Amino acid sequence: MKLTVNGNTEEVNVEPDMPLLWVLRDELGITGVKYGCGIAQCGACTVHVDGVAVRSCQMRVGDLDGEVTTIEGLGSAEKLHIVQEAWIEHQVAQCGYCQSGQIMQAASFLEFNDDPTDEEIDTAMSANLCRCGTYPRIRTAIKTAAKNIREA
Amino acid sequence: MGRVAKIARRTFLIGSAAIAGGVAFGVYAVKKDPDNPLSADLSDGSATFNPWVLVDSEKMTLITPHGDKGQGVMSSQAALIAEELDIEFGQFETSFGKPSPAYWNRAFAEEGVPFMATDHGFTAETMRSIMGGVVKLLGVQGTGGSTSMADSFDKLRTAGATARETLKLAASQKSGVPVGQLKTANGAVQLPDGTELKYTELASLAATIEPVKDVKLRDESQWRLIGKSMERLDIIDKSTGTLPYGIDISVEGMLHATVCVNPKKGGSLNGFDASEAKQMRGVKDVIEITDGVAVVADNTWRAFNAMRTISFDWGNATIPPEQEEHWATLSDSFKEELLDSTWRDDGDAEEAFKEGASFSAEYRSPYVAHAPLEPLNAIVLVTDDQVEVWTGHQLQRQLQVLVAAITGHEQDQVILHNQFMGGSFGHRLEFEHVKQAAEIANKMRGTPIKMTYSREEDFAHDFPRHISMGRGQGMVKDGKVTAIDLSLAAPSVMASQGGRANLPFPGPDSQLAAGAWNNPYNIDTYRMTAYRAPELAPTSSWRAVGAPAAGFFFDSLLDELIHEAGADPMEERIRLMGHDVSRKVLETAAELSNWGSDLGPNRGRGVAFVESFGVPVAEVVEVTNTDSGIKIDKVWCVCDVGTIVDPINFENLVQGGVVFGLGHAINSEITYSDGKADQSNYHMHEAMRMYQCPDIIVKGLENGTKIRGIGEPPVPPAAPALANAIFAATGTRLREMPFNKFIDFV
Ligand code: FES
Ligand code: FES
Repeated sequence: MKLTVNGNTEEVNVEPDMPLLWVLRDELGITGVKYGCGIAQCGACTVHVDGVAVRSCQMRVGDLDGEVTTIEGLGSAEKLHIVQEAWIEHQVAQCGYCQSGQIMQAASFLEFNDDPTDEEIDTAMSANLCRCGTYPRIRTAIKTAAKNIREA
Repeated sequence: MGRVAKIARRTFLIGSAAIAGGVAFGVYAVKKDPDNPLSADLSDGSATFNPWVLVDSEKMTLITPHGDKGQGVMSSQAALIAEELDIEFGQFETSFGKPSPAYWNRAFAEEGVPFMATDHGFTAETMRSIMGGVVKLLGVQGTGGSTSMADSFDKLRTAGATARETLKLAASQKSGVPVGQLKTANGAVQLPDGTELKYTELASLAATIEPVKDVKLRDESQWRLIGKSMERLDIIDKSTGTLPYGIDISVEGMLHATVCVNPKKGGSLNGFDASEAKQMRGVKDVIEITDGVAVVADNTWRAFNAMRTISFDWGNATIPPEQEEHWATLSDSFKEELLDSTWRDDGDAEEAFKEGASFSAEYRSPYVAHAPLEPLNAIVLVTDDQVEVWTGHQLQRQLQVLVAAITGHEQDQVILHNQFMGGSFGHRLEFEHVKQAAEIANKMRGTPIKMTYSREEDFAHDFPRHISMGRGQGMVKDGKVTAIDLSLAAPSVMASQGGRANLPFPGPDSQLAAGAWNNPYNIDTYRMTAYRAPELAPTSSWRAVGAPAAGFFFDSLLDELIHEAGADPMEERIRLMGHDVSRKVLETAAELSNWGSDLGPNRGRGVAFVESFGVPVAEVVEVTNTDSGIKIDKVWCVCDVGTIVDPINFENLVQGGVVFGLGHAINSEITYSDGKADQSNYHMHEAMRMYQCPDIIVKGLENGTKIRGIGEPPVPPAAPALANAIFAATGTRLREMPFNKFIDFV
């Protein structure tokens, strides 16, 4: 089975019902995407498929139709994505384990709405759990990122 | 404070995180410093000056032995060394180091003595020093009890300073310039003529010099780093998905495993049928382990999937199977023979209550899971000569002992590669997951085994926060609170945890009563009694340990009494406060939150004050009673930690603590049916999500004389402040967590 991840074509030999999460982590060694709950309750496994945020723990790899982007493909230390820049500016992370998913969710959300209200931010982000409680900083970072996107 | 609390000192070997057990030690043994673990494998030309600093011709490495579970201590520890060593962020690498007695935690002793944090009298300080000797002698290395900064503050600055002075000696030898004329900055020694000798260039010479011992630490006015916001060393990696946690580590030839242990707590495995699992793709083996089964496969998901096909014959739980029995046990535990300790007995309670109380009430605090977002995991590779372990852990040396007991190696043959942790909240003080990985790996010697819990397994065996029940009464007179008397019954979390860690835990458990007995109020009559219920479900330290329960009871009771008296909740707390630093905390909270201003209809405001781990914390919560339930609008959190090392990280941790305290108070508990936890994943134990998160205004004060940690203290006041605010808004008094059993939230 072939899939495109972060611009690279990858060949994997797996069952079609293996969730994309585990194909990425255990078969391809792409570990920025995290396992948190396995049942669409935490958002730690969020990746983009053709730019749209999906929960990779719920996506059977056999059903995949589109190009996958993980946090590693969104940006890197050398070339940060605008959302990552805001996350660093506001020092959002504590343990950081949820933050790949938070950033992927926020990046996808801001693609559709670069001038969100507080309520829209809360609605878009509430399926992503942060056990460390960084929500106040996530909100601020999203507003900074939105402003930077609008001004870019 | 105005009055020294009278405390029943039944024994001196009392502890929370402290570990004792009739150890005899001489002054010499305590004075002697453990060997520097960095000396053991020092390469030629490398210099180490103490267990925290290593310099060679290429690079400088700072050892930051306190585990980082998200609280940012890797960065903060490095900053303390860098402050005195005169090196900048970006010029050095960090390492969590090897487990070693050299990294004994001197602050563990502080919480382990039966004295209020505000008590700096001779007896209290002497006991702290004796306990420190015990912890040092046992070489207890660990992270917990919000001790990292208290333990590190002087120690790591001294490590930086001694390294700096030794490097200056080397520079002096090399250049012939007297030490007094040398300066240091930016990782180099500067000669008067402007020449710079990099520390790395001086390493091989410095390695031949006996490290300087006596140094004077710099005055606060000269600090470059401490007190200023720093960019955490891990922040870029954590924002780009490139920081590996234990669960992300890969070792050559590794197989993936998962386990299922009898979910009926304490029950054994009578039998199982894995015939289907063994046929499944990628499954390498199915192995019986203690009270359960492990599946070993070539992929984590295949292991999870195969596990679901196994049928088990489980033995019965060894704990009372139904939750109601747990509460009934607590209810029956308020009796003399189960007295753990009378922690405080100011005034004359018998006299004060001889004609009955003006008010009495009962409070409950449930079991709650830690559930850090990174499920527990460990990689273990056993060979005949050694055991290697990759995992994130808070009690490194104890982990070695317990793994060695399984594999038959010596403690020193267990090599722990400690990892960044995706949260802990106390969960990574536990060992079961590491022991299970070691059991599997020991049966498959030579193959590295990565054992990952499914989220469901993590919930099933998340030794939760202990349950606790409080019974309080009080007296009010002339608009004032004159007497408060709180008893509580709970199983000892420290005994439960200590039992699994192989650390004896004698004497009363100060954590049962933490947050209730130690608040520095001057109330005419202030009695606090803890009864130790028999052990029920096995429990473990949950962020702030005893204070989230006992602090909720105490502050709620006080709030009810203040309302009985008809006094203002803020003014009466301030009036009763007997400790200047704490009074300032309350006054600042009142000022920032504009306490007393009109909130408008359907709104309410509550305040709570709880001191834990030596940190006085006041929180003010504002809520609105909307048509769809209670909405938490805004929270102010004011605390005093003496010295704030990194203001940005401090603010983040305080906000996180408030979110943690509020979220679990609203909706989270673990309950047992048939001896099993009823909650299996986050949808049944959600805590706070963003849509419920209020604005959180943080103010850190620095009036206290000792530096304290901030990881835990913001948690305990959150629940009572919320309950008090809900009472103000609705007239409904919440005496049991989680609150959503009694009232709706937006
Ligand atoms: S792991 Fe996919 S939502 Fe939690
Ligand atoms: S930063 Fe730890 S879970 Fe979000």
